[in-house]
Amino acid sequence: MFNPQLNAHGELQHLLSLDGLPREILTAILDTAAPFTEVAEREIKKLPILRGKSIFNLFFENSTRTRTTFEIAAKRLSADVINLNVATSSTNKGETLLDTVDNLCAMQADMFVVRHASSGAPYLIAEHLRATDRHDIHVINAGDGRHAHPTQGLLDMYTIRHYKQDFTKLVVAIVGDVLHSRVARSQIAALTTLGVPEVRVIGPKTLMPTGLDKLGVRVFHDMREGLRDVDVVMMLRLQNERMNGPLLPSGQEFFKVWGLTPDKLALARPDAIVMHPGPMNRGVEIDSTVADGAQAVILPQVTFGIAVRMAVMSMLGRG
Amino acid sequence: MKIQLTNGHLVDPAHDIDQPQDLFIADGKVAAIGRAPDGFVADRSIDASGQVVCPGLVDLSARLREPGFEYLATLESEMEAAMAGGVTSLAIPPDTDPPLDEPGLVEMLCYRAKKLNRAHVYPVGALTERLEGKRLSEMAELVDAGCVAFSQANHPIHDTQVLFCALQYAATFGYRVWLQPITPHFAQEGVAHDGEVATRLGLPGIPTAAETIALFSYIELARMTGAKLHITRLSSAEGLALVRAAKAEGLDITCDVSINHLHLSDMDIGYFNAHCRLNPPLRSQRDRDALQSGLAEGDIDALCSNHSPVDDDGKQLPFSEAEAGATGLELLLPLALKWGQQRGLGLIDILRRVTINPARIIGSKAGQLSVGSRADICIFDPQGETTVNRSTLRSQGKNTPFLGLNLPGRVSYTLVEGQLMFGRID
Repeated sequence: MFNPQLNAHGELQHLLSLDGLPREILTAILDTAAPFTEVAEREIKKLPILRGKSIFNLFFENSTRTRTTFEIAAKRLSADVINLNVATSSTNKGETLLDTVDNLCAMQADMFVVRHASSGAPYLIAEHLRATDRHDIHVINAGDGRHAHPTQGLLDMYTIRHYKQDFTKLVVAIVGDVLHSRVARSQIAALTTLGVPEVRVIGPKTLMPTGLDKLGVRVFHDMREGLRDVDVVMMLRLQNERMNGPLLPSGQEFFKVWGLTPDKLALARPDAIVMHPGPMNRGVEIDSTVADGAQAVILPQVTFGIAVRMAVMSMLGRG
Repeated sequence: MKIQLTNGHLVDPAHDIDQPQDLFIADGKVAAIGRAPDGFVADRSIDASGQVVCPGLVDLSARLREPGFEYLATLESEMEAAMAGGVTSLAIPPDTDPPLDEPGLVEMLCYRAKKLNRAHVYPVGALTERLEGKRLSEMAELVDAGCVAFSQANHPIHDTQVLFCALQYAATFGYRVWLQPITPHFAQEGVAHDGEVATRLGLPGIPTAAETIALFSYIELARMTGAKLHITRLSSAEGLALVRAAKAEGLDITCDVSINHLHLSDMDIGYFNAHCRLNPPLRSQRDRDALQSGLAEGDIDALCSNHSPVDDDGKQLPFSEAEAGATGLELLLPLALKWGQQRGLGLIDILRRVTINPARIIGSKAGQLSVGSRADICIFDPQGETTVNRSTLRSQGKNTPFLGLNLPGRVSYTLVEGQLMFGRID
């Protein structure tokens, strides 16, 4: 079947989602990322791999942190980076998404890093590039609606592999607002593709989408039961606007039942690692003792995130 | 003008006719079937060898986008599409801008349509003023102006008291109320069936209960008021089961399904294909199968195109931002035939769902051929194919999930009141 992420040779053409990406490509990205972690240790943190290439950070939804990590990754590969906050720019003047893309293509863009509030927006751009025969322009999804955040999923996999080596013996729990989380969807796709035998999701029924079990995960509502003997705990961010309303009564109650505290973490394996995609809500989804504790690998995740994004950009830019 | 249609295979489900018969037309009416009337001299003869001659199709939902949305389509463009699709009678939903809530607007629509002299239009009036669900529309006046029923289109009434009164009032006159089963204040940001596909794609879901909860209340209110109901665009197996039970109980209730929901499921969304952004949403394959069976078994009375032209600007957007709708008039016959072939049905059973059954729902004498009836006729080649692409579609809306497909059957001629309105010359 046609896979919009791959070219005719089965190589990565765009990075849109981890769902539907072959295991070989996932592994190849992680392998490519490994040597890039050393670049940050050097005195001159630059490689000439994307010299002369123009990368457009096309952010239809504000996110300083994600945009910055992509910018750093691109600059370490010597690319020219242009940041566009479209959330505050031309689409507000009535320009359509594809008109914006056409304009940037006319400026000889080589790669788009796209963040959009609507699920599937990067697919629309990729399909438009295909339909208009612009096969030398690549799209990286930097988060679309509730759908996917593939580079976050990849950096999470990199982190797990770094600390746990073998995916095929792990029990992994994802905790929190799965319903609205593009991060959770990318994590689930990657973990199941990489052969993790047991992926659990934990949270209230109001934050679990329908048919989650068909994605190859076990659903738990009781946090203590769900955390028992897990090797990896992946916390999700709870957006402020979801805390009081029909989905949840309050942030406090959420923390009481599903917040990661030292006593709940004690139910996991003693060597379990704790991850979070950031930015953290201390006292809502995670207790500060845990966030700053010995089992947390939240800051290494950020560091690995640069290397993983360099890997994706270099693989796409080579083609 | 006198026309004779010779050597064709006549299929008229209303009269159980399914055999080679010639048809003779005079003064816009059917003059004779089988043998020519005495002294009949045709001005024109159409050789229908190898073709099926049947009543012009009757479509229960065609949005012509006038008034208010002329940038999407006009009466002219969509009437051409109807003619190319062999559709000679159209029920028009009231969700125009302004909505069809006053007699003047309905009269204007009927007048414009009559002047164009193509398909007959049957406006469905707004059940409430401006479709706001607050004040009743002037139903008796609207019927005098030409309305055949009343509906809220895709704007469900939030206040149950108003819906109850609207049904009571309509029942006073015996008007049929057409209701789209949508539960107000539920899954409002939803854009796709709440299931595995929506979960995987991160699309806000619309549970089947959005349809069934509404149906429970509609059916209960029909039971209380004695109102005649027509349930539009069923999308789920559970919804169908509720309608089936209501019919079995003896309530006067009919229902339809769209060509899209008869053939597609949420799996067809694939990678965010905005052509599959539809109202109601495409549901699971199990639902699709149930709708196919329901139409075959007669629980679903009619198949409609749910023709809703959307332009490219409305579709070239991320899935959840894209406008819902698809063009359909030119696909109604081919997709009816495709369904019938898949289920091994004869032409008479297939065509019943797009001729006499929908005609009865709108209370029209269309959809059948007998001596003296209006000579609205579709002639099609059952062995031919209809290729669906942007250049062949006559509708101004070029967007449909079926783009690029070859579908069975091909309309050769369309006659309205004995006048040749469409003819394909190969």
